[in-house]
Amino acid sequence: MSTIQPNIEQPVSEEMQLVRRAKRGDDQAFEELVRRYDRNVFRIAQHITQNREDAEDVVQEAFLKAYSNLEKFQEQSKFYTWLVRIAVNEALMKLRRRKPERTVSLDEEVKTEDDSLPREVADWSPNPEQMYNQAQLRDILTRTIQGLPSGFRTVFVLRDVEGLSTEETAEALELSIPAVKSRLLRARLQLRERLNRFFQKKASGDGDQ
Amino acid sequence: MKCSEFLNELTNYLDGALDARTKSELDDHLAWCHNCYVVCDTTRKTIEIYRNSELYELPDDLRTRLHTAIMTKCSGHKKSDPAGG
Repeated sequence: MSTIQPNIEQPVSEEMQLVRRAKRGDDQAFEELVRRYDRNVFRIAQHITQNREDAEDVVQEAFLKAYSNLEKFQEQSKFYTWLVRIAVNEALMKLRRRKPERTVSLDEEVKTEDDSLPREVADWSPNPEQMYNQAQLRDILTRTIQGLPSGFRTVFVLRDVEGLSTEETAEALELSIPAVKSRLLRARLQLRERLNRFFQKKASGDGDQ
Repeated sequence: MKCSEFLNELTNYLDGALDARTKSELDDHLAWCHNCYVVCDTTRKTIEIYRNSELYELPDDLRTRLHTAIMTKCSGHKKSDPAGG
């Protein structure tokens, strides 16, 4: 069975050259970093805040914070990992403001281990994405991932959607590597379980959602 | 190998992060345990579907607006703090 590999491989040296130019006051270099990562930051912010306006604010605030703190960036990690860390913190702050009634934290452990254990084992259609049109599929995927606790959702998005390595995800979220692995496993299994009812093989016909 | 042991290693298995011996033990388990095979296969599909989903793409007009706002704020920051912060 094929393995899942990270889908971002940025040449570190080129990125670091831009960072160093930006540190020396070259705004064009910083703008290039914005162009390079704005789509990723927007996606991450949308996934965490689940709100378009908040995500727009997070993109602006994260880049502004990166710009004004660039001197503090030690260059011991990728700039992108550092930027993601800033963006995640900004997004979590938005989420806390929007949902003050409950504590929102990456340490949130609201589910027991048993919630991740597969309860329903049914094979899926060979091409599950083709069972629905694009808008239906987007709706299913959005609602499903929004149902995950934010601590699991964030790990899944960074690791599996954005393609950060386990180590980079741990660094960006200030979690240990075992914690990232444990949350990733549970996030993947919970999403799989929730998608079952949409994607499993049907006795006759295709998806009717 | 028990199914629960397989499940504990599922993430490492899908990520190709196992030594050859453990991977071979998991492959053996998958060869006879249909339930674990299905869980493994549908979990892999879950990841691929989300990775290919293009959820929350940044529209071009919003992107342009955000760029302008970001660079204007950055340049304002520089003017208000000539020492560089």
